[in-house]
Amino acid sequence: MIEFKNVTKTYDGKVNAVDDVSFTVPQGNIAVFLGPSGCGKTTLLRMVNRLVPITKGEIFIDGENTNSLNEIQLRRNIGYVIQSNGLFPNMTIEDNVTVVPKLLGWDKEKMRSRFFELMDLIGLKPDDFRKRYPHELSGGQQQRIGIARAMAADPPVMLMDEPFGALDPIIRSHLQKEFLQIQKEVQKTILFVSHDIDEAITMGDQVAIFKDGRLMQYDAPDDILANPANEFVSTFVGADRAIKSLGLHTVADLVNQLKVTPVAADSKQISLKTDLRQILSIFFNEGYEELVVVDEEKKPMGSITIQDVQKYLHQTNQSA
Amino acid sequence: MNGAFQYFMNNQDEVLALTLQHIQLVGLATVIAILIGVPIGIYLTTNDAVADVVLQIAAIIMTIPSIALFGLMIPVLSVINQGIGFLPALIALILYSQLPIIRNTYVAVQNVDPNMRDAAKGIGMSSWERIRMVEIPIALPVIMAGVRNAVVLSIGIGAIAAFIGAGGLGVLIDQGISRYNRDMIVVGAVGVSLLAIIADTVLGILQRVLTPKGMNINA
Repeated sequence: MIEFKNVTKTYDGKVNAVDDVSFTVPQGNIAVFLGPSGCGKTTLLRMVNRLVPITKGEIFIDGENTNSLNEIQLRRNIGYVIQSNGLFPNMTIEDNVTVVPKLLGWDKEKMRSRFFELMDLIGLKPDDFRKRYPHELSGGQQQRIGIARAMAADPPVMLMDEPFGALDPIIRSHLQKEFLQIQKEVQKTILFVSHDIDEAITMGDQVAIFKDGRLMQYDAPDDILANPANEFVSTFVGADRAIKSLGLHTVADLVNQLKVTPVAADSKQISLKTDLRQILSIFFNEGYEELVVVDEEKKPMGSITIQDVQKYLHQTNQSA
Repeated sequence: MNGAFQYFMNNQDEVLALTLQHIQLVGLATVIAILIGVPIGIYLTTNDAVADVVLQIAAIIMTIPSIALFGLMIPVLSVINQGIGFLPALIALILYSQLPIIRNTYVAVQNVDPNMRDAAKGIGMSSWERIRMVEIPIALPVIMAGVRNAVVLSIGIGAIAAFIGAGGLGVLIDQGISRYNRDMIVVGAVGVSLLAIIADTVLGILQRVLTPKGMNINA
């Protein structure tokens, strides 16, 4: 659990880069810091591992004040991933991944087995990469290695500063999904900086929206989309926020809430796991009147129309 | 040219002994210069104001003619009875080597990608660990280029040190001049040049070996 208490950062005694921010991130959650550039989200992130000193206020990790700990020890217990991956070009992939365990004085065998574990976790073959160097890898692979390095010493908390920001959109959304899968296994408490509302909705259990150093709203993504706290938030999340919110729900949610009509005609089949935003684009792009929902065994359960999606959207937005 | 070759064949032992002396002088000066210059260069990256001053001073030292520097040191070192000979030559070469070594170290470490430094700090490296594990390895090719520069420079200036009795291949040039012996001068000069070329080549190979594998793309 990470607790921010009246955290303030003042530069030159004048400008408040971060202004009296208080909120709590529960254990095992991903909190996305969202906002335009210069809103203080990265500054706040870097205050957690004290790369930026705190002017006023306190940050607690699992009840412990970060200022009471030794800076170096604190950082070794916090995973850190940055946008340009920050891998060390002079070290092999294995040395990069195990650099924190090495600083902590682990023995060689333990580091080796940890390296294999981590590579399995991020889906890269350990033996193919062990002796290679960062510049030989693609951007996506480098970023995966960056994540593996941050998790090497199994820190309970991870800081991620636009980790997928430099990747092309296809690789980015792929890595986002992959990372959520990993997170299901490892259950870290993660602070994740982003300037992309779509990424925030996909990745966040909570989203914190900042403007000029102040916290505008801190809520679950669907709450933010359904009930923006103020003008700034609603502009920032965009006029298409209703459609964005569909990305948070799957066909299974819709089927649970509405009755599906029996299959009338043969049409494209969709699985329960597909999110409703994708369903919407299938309707628009491929011109189907209705889509056939199939269960895990590929048995048709019924069909849905674009009106069902609309009805579902209305109902959930009213209840939220 | 024939005469010079004859001279070399007739005086091989002496020429080799002087070459060894030359190598000793330059070698020792370089090692000490590295031990002084690299830490200074790294320190300067943390303090821009001092960096400007130190680099200026090193540049000014470089512009002092070597013969004048030797002359200036005679009264100072005479206090400990070392006014001429090996010690003043050694000190002069160390001083001349500082500019290329300090400047290259400073520039190389300064140019380490700030993201790399940020990552190193962020994962919990102490300053010393960061310098040792990240900054020096990444900066090494450029630092080595500075050392090569310094060595070649020192081999040339080392020849002049013969005038204050420090030995080395400059002795042949010095004596050749006073005896009107052209062959001696040529052997001394060619010897100095060959030494410089060989040293540069060997250090070039060393530079490649020391460059971290993953960095070859930039080297």
